[in-house]
Amino acid sequence: MKAGKLKVLAALVVGVAMAGLIFTPSAFAQDTYKIGGIFAVSGGASFLGDPEKKSMQMAVDQINAKGGIDGRMLEAVIYDTKGDPTETVQFANKLINKDNVLAIVGPSTTPTTMPVIPQCVRAQLPLISCAAGNGIVNPIQPYVFKTAQSDIMAVATIYTYMQKQGIKKVALLCVDNGFGTSGAVQLREQAGKFGLTVVSDESYGGKDTDMTAQLTKARKAAPDALVCWGTNPGPAVVAKNAKQLKIEFPLFMSHGVASPKFIDIAGDASEGIMLPTGAVLVADTLPQDHHQKAALDAYINDFKAAYGSGVSGFGGYAYDAIKILEIALKGTNGDKAMLRDNIEKVQGYVGVTGTFNFSPTEHNGLGEDSFLMVRIENGTWKVME
Amino acid sequence: MVFTLFAAVIICTGAALEGDYYHEQLLTFIGIFTLLAVGLNMLMGYAGQISLGHAAFYGIGAYTTGALTVHLQWSPWASLPCALIMAGVIAYIVGKPTLKLSGYYLGMGTLGFGMIMHVLFREWTTITGGPNGLVGIPSLSLWGLDLSTGRNYLYVVWGCVLLTFFICDRLVNSRVGRALRAIHYSEQAASAVGVDTAKAKLQVFVFSAVVAALAGFLYAHMVMFISPGTFTFLASVKLVAMVVIGGMASIWGALLGATFLTLLPEHLSVFADYEMIIYGGILMGVMIFLPQGLTRGVLDIYEKFRAKRKGTVED
Amino acid sequence: MMQELLQYLFAGITNGAIYAVIALGFSTLYNATDLINFAQGEFVMLGALLLVTLWLQLGLPLPLAFVLVVLAVGLAGILFERLAIRTVRKPDPIVLVIITVGASIFLRGVGMVVWGRDPMAVPPFSELESIEIAGAYLLPQSLWIFGIVMILVVALTLFYKRTLTGKAMSACAINKRAASLLGIGTERMTLMAFALATGLGAVAGIMIAPITMATYDMGSMLGLKGFCAAMLGGLGSLWGALLGGFVLGIAEAMGVGFVSSGLKDAIAFLLLLLILYIRPTGILGVKSSHRF
Repeated sequence: MKAGKLKVLAALVVGVAMAGLIFTPSAFAQDTYKIGGIFAVSGGASFLGDPEKKSMQMAVDQINAKGGIDGRMLEAVIYDTKGDPTETVQFANKLINKDNVLAIVGPSTTPTTMPVIPQCVRAQLPLISCAAGNGIVNPIQPYVFKTAQSDIMAVATIYTYMQKQGIKKVALLCVDNGFGTSGAVQLREQAGKFGLTVVSDESYGGKDTDMTAQLTKARKAAPDALVCWGTNPGPAVVAKNAKQLKIEFPLFMSHGVASPKFIDIAGDASEGIMLPTGAVLVADTLPQDHHQKAALDAYINDFKAAYGSGVSGFGGYAYDAIKILEIALKGTNGDKAMLRDNIEKVQGYVGVTGTFNFSPTEHNGLGEDSFLMVRIENGTWKVME
Repeated sequence: MVFTLFAAVIICTGAALEGDYYHEQLLTFIGIFTLLAVGLNMLMGYAGQISLGHAAFYGIGAYTTGALTVHLQWSPWASLPCALIMAGVIAYIVGKPTLKLSGYYLGMGTLGFGMIMHVLFREWTTITGGPNGLVGIPSLSLWGLDLSTGRNYLYVVWGCVLLTFFICDRLVNSRVGRALRAIHYSEQAASAVGVDTAKAKLQVFVFSAVVAALAGFLYAHMVMFISPGTFTFLASVKLVAMVVIGGMASIWGALLGATFLTLLPEHLSVFADYEMIIYGGILMGVMIFLPQGLTRGVLDIYEKFRAKRKGTVED
Repeated sequence: MMQELLQYLFAGITNGAIYAVIALGFSTLYNATDLINFAQGEFVMLGALLLVTLWLQLGLPLPLAFVLVVLAVGLAGILFERLAIRTVRKPDPIVLVIITVGASIFLRGVGMVVWGRDPMAVPPFSELESIEIAGAYLLPQSLWIFGIVMILVVALTLFYKRTLTGKAMSACAINKRAASLLGIGTERMTLMAFALATGLGAVAGIMIAPITMATYDMGSMLGLKGFCAAMLGGLGSLWGALLGGFVLGIAEAMGVGFVSSGLKDAIAFLLLLLILYIRPTGILGVKSSHRF
């Protein structure tokens, strides 16, 4: 009966080991307002998650330095999703049911935000996503908000500019992940409205090393301009390949490359590329009376002082989310339903990404000012009229 | 006996966890990964055939039920058999030529299949929702009782695990199981004594695919959303790691491996930027010091300890 | 039409050369140890990132930086073999595979902590305009890679066929026990094979960095493609690695050109499966590989 005994023993060992690893004590202390953060700090979307995490931590520290909210301190509990949907769900579960947070900021991408939504709705806990996908706030769900610009606005900004320039035929080249496909959908849908025809519609993989094949195919369709929808490093490769193929038509990119890093890695090839971005990238060139100037300068200087590195266009999503929570948390005494109602009432908050006006029918709240067109000239961004 | 005990443990744990949603959901996830690992373990541990594309079957189960319930408004109970049959049929078609390969080439073949399925999940937008995933998958309910949350789902998932364990146990100790082990030791010898090796390998391949599809079904109706990011090559590798770390050729090993690798990120998140280094280090460490896997390793240590106490050193 | 076809071919050659140079590392290791190192892509990453540090940040001349990077990564390979591979008591291939998977995660983590998350640009080795042939353009860097791959394959072939050490190394792969009985230091051979393979990985990283840029997570996808190329050509065959790389690269580029860019990976892997079904040990592979 040795085999049988061993089996029972194995079961016992498994049981004990499992129990030891699984059951860890929950947190009880509720004298602080706990805010959860789930960002893709590592992995493919870390260019979003890393500045988001830093910005969130910075905003929380600043609020605490000023004495917290209604005399209570904020506490940030941040986890790294690595961009993996399953891990994101597990961390959201941990935040909601173990850490007992009041609200969650993040996740960084659309495919990781979507699975968290049912959990937050079920737990009746406000979620402020930092992802671009329009599907997050459309249809409106009572507990779901977002601070990142929707791709609808980004596409509209580019297309408006193109229409003014008399461009008629566009070629699309989008990355094959969530960011690229939802951008592609908008690019296709809105083209007609601006008198544009899509003559070539290609995609590339996020880690592809050479896009000359796609560009060759696009060139065959003889477009007036090419729009590349992706995040670093793909678009930098596209820019380099376009230069290498001596492509004549202008290149447009998405706000996904709106960080100094893009110019850095694309080098000369980035000259002349046009893209929509939040004002954060061109803050130093804005006039003093620009309505976002003060907010942007504060954010940029604080970020540099705290982390010693320049800002990208992305950390602001989490920063704005915390600032909005700061406004909405006042007087709630930690009541989640009241917090939710208050977020819907936030009006005229001038943040890093733009001016936010929330309402029961508007859960993104960003206005037209969240995008402006810039062109890369002499290695820096230049605002276009 | 063991199974009754196991069932009792599940019921008691569930009862003790009343209202503790965190641990309920964590255990439910562990259950889903245990299903995946135990299915793969039948293929790897008993038949000695590697699969580096097992996440594809996990995805087929999830997407079949997802597409049927979202686009055609089927009841999940009607889509469950479809998901399982779909995975089984695809496994049969793919397995037939692929299982003729061996060693790394089999790994490559299954890897290629996994990549093709991943591209399909991503590109077949009308059915799968593309990279942004499929939204609006309904939760499970039975006679008006919502099964998809908390303790109810814990019981559903672990009920499936228990059932699968039971089937695997029977299978291992049957004619098929003996044939599989024979293949593991030497395929030529097995073939020489009259085992239809191709058939036996295909059978266990289809079985493990169906179990993975069941896990996919349970995952889809728990999270109510699926996207290609869940069914990647890395997910396949993680499943293989679960089997090997837990200990091959042991259903309890699969349980332990799945538990270990599901819990690791939860405990490592405190290390922030160093998480990956530590995760990789632990993975290497476990394999270097316990190459037979955790279950076997723990038992070895226990036996050494007993031998020492008796004053005799076996070996 | 001709012009496009040629351009697709050039795109395929660029990617193919990248895959081939990585595949070479897989094949070299397999040749001597019967092992697949799933961390090979991460050694490529180390090569590219170390080049950034030594060449661009410390300002060493390129040839010196090249040699130092290859030596450093080769040393890392030696350490890896000593600490993680040899210490396993009963080496089962699948256990070693999981160890290399663990190593790949470990190295990626190290890369992220040391070099940060952002991709870094590396200038091409020769600042030349792209070369125009019949209206299609080819990057000079692709030619650099192509040339280096050819030199490496020839050099390695000579090493295996002509030198005693090379022959001894091949002998270890065929039968470790028999080789040991003949007085070949099998442990030393394994160690050397690791150093050689990871060093080749570093060469690959250095060569491709101007095209792919250098990031901590570049290794996983490149490693996977290199592994495919090695398989496609036949594990352990150097010319096979070269051939596999180009077949894979050109199939992808043609897939983009004539089918759909979204499906290009599926097309490449479908081709791979079909080839494996017809020739279960790759195009140029001869000996059957070990089972798990």
